[in-house]
Amino acid sequence: MNITTIITAIFLTIGCFFSVVAAIGVVRFPDFYSRMHPAGKNDTLGQTLILIGLIIYEGFSFVSIKLLLIIIFIFIANPTATHAIAKAAYLAGLKPWEKEEKK
Amino acid sequence: MNFIITFIILFFFWILLSGYFDFMHLFLGVISSLFVAFISHDLIMGDVNIGRASKNVLRFLRYLPWLLYQIVLANLDIVYRTLHPDMPIAPRIIKFKTDLKTDMGIVVLANSITLTPGTVTIDVKDGEFIVHAIAERPADDLLGGEMQARVKKVEGGEG
Amino acid sequence: MFNIAAIAIVLAAFLILYRAIKGPMMYDRALAINIIGTKTVVILALIGFIYKRPHFLDIALVYALINFIATFAILKYIERDRLD
Repeated sequence: MNITTIITAIFLTIGCFFSVVAAIGVVRFPDFYSRMHPAGKNDTLGQTLILIGLIIYEGFSFVSIKLLLIIIFIFIANPTATHAIAKAAYLAGLKPWEKEEKK
Repeated sequence: MNFIITFIILFFFWILLSGYFDFMHLFLGVISSLFVAFISHDLIMGDVNIGRASKNVLRFLRYLPWLLYQIVLANLDIVYRTLHPDMPIAPRIIKFKTDLKTDMGIVVLANSITLTPGTVTIDVKDGEFIVHAIAERPADDLLGGEMQARVKKVEGGEG
Repeated sequence: MFNIAAIAIVLAAFLILYRAIKGPMMYDRALAINIIGTKTVVILALIGFIYKRPHFLDIALVYALINFIATFAILKYIERDRLD
């Protein structure tokens, strides 16, 4: 049980927490546009944290460079895909959900 | 010039992804990088001005720490809203005009809006942003215009 | 350690599968499939570490690229009812 393993475990725990919260958010929020928020943010950060944990565990090698490439790609591609889906929905005329005023 | 830069980038990626340094792998890498650079060098690089591009990258790196801080804030915000039993959300769509000129400035602003607390960019048309905000406070924060000022610094002087 | 993380991610993917099945809009389904795809990338990386086979990372990288393109293909199909 050395220090690298502990740091990796911390990163993995936080990353898994964010991923699970993103899943709960996608299931729980009432309309499509609100569901984009956990999908675009929490999911990206959770997966990035897990992959950073793997980099720390691995040290410096070809494996960690590949992991870094995956991180950069996810960081660019995930918000872009979310944005594209949102734009398609908006152009199709989907209206956002509004909270009932009297409650 | 573009051809050589494309070839170098492609060959660099080949080495990174293969991880072997014997003769056969390097030889195949040179051949395939040359071929791909030959058919697509005008697609990948286009007419990029290298001096200006590197200056842009430097200014973007200075912008990055603030962005990372905002990303962490955004995630904690969403975690709070997701796990709160009443779900304190009041979604709305807001529109605002921007006076950013370059494509890069608009792209950086759009992605920053998506990554910062409580707002997601939906569409940009003729300098008008259509943004979905999850509650009232993030919408007001965005309309306050702090982020636009920061992105303008990234964009720099050129119009 | 890596097994526990992988199991947590699989559970999250199953939660999102509920949203993909339930809908109600096509866009919800496209979003859910995109998230499941990115979670698959992480699961592949974790599997590579569990079984000590770094070649799984190449699969993860390619899967990330395919997932991105697949999302746009689905969107294009929704928008125009054809793929050309």
